[in-house]
Amino acid sequence: MALLELRNIVRSFGDFAAVDGVSMMIESGEFFTLLGPSGCGKTTLLRMIAGFDAPQSGEILLDGKDLVATPPEKRPIHTVFQSYALFPHMTVAQNIAFPLRMRKIGKAEINERVKEALDDVRLSDRGGRFPGELSGGQRQRVALARALVSRPRLLLLDEPLAALDMKLREQMQLELINLQKEVGITFIYVTHDQTEALALSHRIAVMNGGKVEQLDEPSKIYDCPRNRFVADFIGTCNLIEAKVTVAGEEKMVLEIDGLGEVTARNPGGELTGSKGVLALRPEKIKIGQQIALESGENRFRGKVHDFLYMGDVTVYIVEVGEGVHIEALLPNSAAGRPRIFAAGDPVEISWRYDAGVFLND
Amino acid sequence: MTRNIGKWLISGPPVFYLAVFFVIPTFIMVLASFRHAGEFGGLAPIFLHDVRGAHLNLTLESYREYFSDFIYSRLFIKTLIYALVTTFFCLVTAYPLALLIAGSEKRHRDLLVLLVILPFWSNFLIRIYAWMIILGPQSALSVGLNGFLGMFGIEPVGLLFTPFAVVLCLIYVQLPFMVLPLYANLEKHDPALLDAAQDLGANSWQRFWRITFPLSLPGVYAGIALVFIPVLGIFAVPDILGGTGGIMIGNLIKQEFLEARDWPFGSALSIILTLGALCIVGVAAMVAGRTVKNDA
Ligand SMILES: Nc1ncnc2c1ncn2[C@@H]1O[C@H](COP(=O)(O)OP(=O)(O)OP(=O)(O)O)[C@@H](O)[C@H]1O
Ligand SMILES: [Mg+2]
Repeated sequence: MALLELRNIVRSFGDFAAVDGVSMMIESGEFFTLLGPSGCGKTTLLRMIAGFDAPQSGEILLDGKDLVATPPEKRPIHTVFQSYALFPHMTVAQNIAFPLRMRKIGKAEINERVKEALDDVRLSDRGGRFPGELSGGQRQRVALARALVSRPRLLLLDEPLAALDMKLREQMQLELINLQKEVGITFIYVTHDQTEALALSHRIAVMNGGKVEQLDEPSKIYDCPRNRFVADFIGTCNLIEAKVTVAGEEKMVLEIDGLGEVTARNPGGELTGSKGVLALRPEKIKIGQQIALESGENRFRGKVHDFLYMGDVTVYIVEVGEGVHIEALLPNSAAGRPRIFAAGDPVEISWRYDAGVFLND
Repeated sequence: MTRNIGKWLISGPPVFYLAVFFVIPTFIMVLASFRHAGEFGGLAPIFLHDVRGAHLNLTLESYREYFSDFIYSRLFIKTLIYALVTTFFCLVTAYPLALLIAGSEKRHRDLLVLLVILPFWSNFLIRIYAWMIILGPQSALSVGLNGFLGMFGIEPVGLLFTPFAVVLCLIYVQLPFMVLPLYANLEKHDPALLDAAQDLGANSWQRFWRITFPLSLPGVYAGIALVFIPVLGIFAVPDILGGTGGIMIGNLIKQEFLEARDWPFGSALSIILTLGALCIVGVAAMVAGRTVKNDA
């Protein structure tokens, strides 16, 4: 049985559905991420799981039992708030002891568990400090320790790293992964940062407009986006309007205006004649002056329209056919050469048929 | 150079104001408390030129008088008790009110605060006289109360001209001074803290005592100071509602200046009251400072 099950959750504000029929199962021990643009209903969903808000319809089941009538303080679910919400009048140790004291646990045991929790987040020497005296990363760790110390069944994290700078964020991401492995508590993590979601999660639910667009493992989300929104939202993706002319078992032939025929992977289903987009990741496209055509590849001639030097890679925007622009990535492996091609250079691009996936409208 | 001039332009007026309206009057009062009363009221001259030659004409007589008769200290203590009772009831009435206002919707808050300060728009004395009517023997309150007591065979009681009337009215006039600092504090509280506390297992009672109340202590202390200190020196309320039994030290000071025309003794009483209040506030601030050392 799943640890947490959401069944057709709906929450509207006025006639605006912030969460619109969400269903999902979250397994015990999972690092589960809700990913979506601002305003897609992530926080609203999280607040309903924590108990601060109630769905207008649908069920929230923990271990198969309906939670709707249980107030937040009675749910074995804790939240790490985006603002951390540390109690400013309590020391770090008192903050961490808070959930234990609410459970009327003995003093000696509290002290022991607070000490352990402080060790876990590497803040043993900061127990006597007040939150106002800590750095952002330290506060973040206190919030984590406080939420984990009483061993909840489920931990909800609402964009916990959003307030940290890039470097610290990467470091905290690694710490989060390790911490989750160590304590074995199920995490539901909210973010609108797709790289963070891909890096941290076992599974991701991509949300948009209150609905789940796709729920899958990170690599599946990235490589096999189910629709135009997911392809566009996760990473960068060439989205080229296309029409299916022939759909085979595994491959399909697409007709693209101004470019001609392209072979692509058939995502399945009866698609002949349907319209949609060809989704193509820039890093899966080869670019060169001349590329030998291998079987199963698409190849086109074009010229460099523009390029963006990003340090580790250079992004080339190549114009192929009549007015079709395709982005391709070239890693800058050789030192001292910021770019290989300049705007206007004639180039060839190619990609394996299964690098491109057709997404039906 | 110009920076210095700017500094003086900014700090000059308040410094001047404090000197003229606070330091100098205080000095005059202190000095007056050591002087002799004039023959027909007022003050006797500081310098005398008589058989002993020219000399300073100062005395500790006023202070000796205060400490020679316990009646004055008793009045002082009684005033303290009135002030403490007033402060206590202001606090327990104002706190829920301030919580209510701070917790209400944003667009209603300003209106509610306005209602709290609305009484300031009418004259202070008129508001006190209004209590004479409310507490008078013919008032619905008195009639109702005595009718109720009568059912149990208890003698009718008078409400007006009693310590009860004084304290009740003091609570009434001071209440806004407690509500406003409390509201100003509570309104700033981050609601996420209460969510976090609830999320971590605190019920509503625990959320109040462990989060809201400790965080509101600066507001509580400000309110206590704003209520307690002015009550110590008040005389209009006991004058109008207190009768003979309800007088406070403020009445005595006023009497010494205006009726007994013993300015030195009135000054000495004022100085003792001020020093007493300072001591109490100082001790309270030290105790309070220990409890809210870290209010970040
Ligand atoms: N209390 C409320 N009253 C009215 N509308 C609300 C309320 N709470 C949320 N909404 C609306 O519901 C939608 C979803 O909000 P939510 O906070 O869940 O978004 P989110 O996905 O967490 O976004 P972000 O990434 O910006 O935090 C938003 O359009 C928001 O305006
Ligand atoms: Mg949010």
